[in-house]
Amino acid sequence: MPLNMTNTPLEKVLEVRHLYKAFGDNAVLKDFSMDLYRRENVVVLGKSGSGKSVLIKCIIGLLRPDQGQINVLGKPVLDLTPAELDQLRVRVGFLFQSNALYDSMSVRENLEFPLRRHGRDKSREEVNTLVVEALTNVGLAHTVDMMPAELSGGMRKRIALARTLILKPEIMLYDEPTTGLDPITSREIVQLILKVQDIYNTSSIVISHDMSCVRQLANRVIMLVDGKCHADGPYESLMQNPDPIVQGFFH
Amino acid sequence: MKLQFPSYRLILEELGGLARFTGQFFRNWAAPRMEIQEFFRQCYMIGYRSVGLVAITGFILGLVMTIQSRPTMARFGAESWIPSMVAISIIREIGPVITALICAGKIGSGIGAELGSMKVTEQIDAMEVSGTNPFKYLVVTRVWATTLMVPVLVCCSDTIAIWGSYLAVNMKNETSLALFSQQVVDSLSFSDVLPAFIKTFFFGFAIGIVGCYKGYTSSKGTEGVGLAANSAVVMASLLVFVLDLLAAQVTDTLGLN
Ligand SMILES: Nc1ncnc2c1ncn2[C@@H]1O[C@H](COP(=O)(O)OP(=O)(O)OP(=O)(O)O)[C@@H](O)[C@H]1O
Ligand SMILES: [Mg+2]
Repeated sequence: MPLNMTNTPLEKVLEVRHLYKAFGDNAVLKDFSMDLYRRENVVVLGKSGSGKSVLIKCIIGLLRPDQGQINVLGKPVLDLTPAELDQLRVRVGFLFQSNALYDSMSVRENLEFPLRRHGRDKSREEVNTLVVEALTNVGLAHTVDMMPAELSGGMRKRIALARTLILKPEIMLYDEPTTGLDPITSREIVQLILKVQDIYNTSSIVISHDMSCVRQLANRVIMLVDGKCHADGPYESLMQNPDPIVQGFFH
Repeated sequence: MKLQFPSYRLILEELGGLARFTGQFFRNWAAPRMEIQEFFRQCYMIGYRSVGLVAITGFILGLVMTIQSRPTMARFGAESWIPSMVAISIIREIGPVITALICAGKIGSGIGAELGSMKVTEQIDAMEVSGTNPFKYLVVTRVWATTLMVPVLVCCSDTIAIWGSYLAVNMKNETSLALFSQQVVDSLSFSDVLPAFIKTFFFGFAIGIVGCYKGYTSSKGTEGVGLAANSAVVMASLLVFVLDLLAAQVTDTLGLN
């Protein structure tokens, strides 16, 4: 268990226990378990198709696992009513692998969308302030009236991040935030993720197979192999791990 | 490539899926008040974007029907019956069905492709994660909008078709608009107009629900989007004919002829 400087155990914000998920005959997750502590960045590593996206979709309740328990911020995700799940989802942000920007809406409308449901008590000015603040955080305040189709891939990723952050989540789930971006842009995204963690005190699960991004972000690395947690530890210790599968990722 | 014929199993699965989806619609039919804005936006998009197309086809329909039926009517010396005949056939059958087919092509495929691409690019998942029920926001509003807008479009199309018919009548022998209108109104009875009007709501509902069903449940991958749009049109057109048959049977049984 990671300890902070005063050697008191950190608060556990997310717990996954014995998760199983199969699509027909394709068993994707087989007895997967993991934990996440407050203010921690955990990177989940795994081959393409190993079920990383499936894992975090189970955590946010978009997919229903066949077996297992998921606790997020002390709430059992699988036993919540739809209304309780909505309440929990305000506190958990999700950055989709494909960005999932609403392409029929402008950037402003995209950012206002989460506030439709969870910010109904806010006035027009408050909403506008939030939108501008979220865009400024990602350095794209000038795009507020553009359409997603007019933006580059990296800008879209940052807009998607801004849209997720507008509700100030306590846990962030990033699905391959740097894949498909050039090294400079992906470094910017990494800096942004670190900045977000700093400003909002978030804990994050980051899915990635971009090793430079992993090195900069990870407090801890979890390797998802064959539907199980194959290795779990800080970046440096995994680097020294003689296991051939682990070495396959690091070299 | 092996030639594949649709098996009974596939057809039944498809109908079962559509029935389940329709059931889900009726469980959610009363979208919360905050979706009203999206509903009006959809009405505008669906109605306004199709009215030109529907008007042109309606106009040509009235014109052509009149021109085509004239020789036969003349042979029986019944040229003066042309306005009545054309009006009755347009209002009762051809106007609603042709307009519904055009809407199936334009609106059904549009909804199928739009929801299909939203599904493929995880936008529907993103809505769910941000606390909006995507079924209510996307499906319920669209189905209500088509259910209410298709009848409006049919009314437009019928009116313009009759006007087109007047032009065609006028090409051969001068008729006053007043006389023509009089003939049209006299020939139409309540039992011509009402059943035809009612069935257009069902056509609209079918077009909306099939488009949404195909888009909302489309499989992942870009080809899923094309498939969703394409099969939405095929299924909606087919349903329009089936509903038309049912409507004819029902009005006949009720003696509303
Ligand atoms: N909705 C679904 N229906 C059926 N199978 C699915 C579904 N979603 C994922 N799968 C299957 O689950 C497996 C894992 O998919 P997943 O998207 O989690 O991979 P991933 O680890 O995120 O890969 P990548 O790095 O390429 O994103 C794949 O074999 C995929 O075919
Ligand atoms: Mg993935």
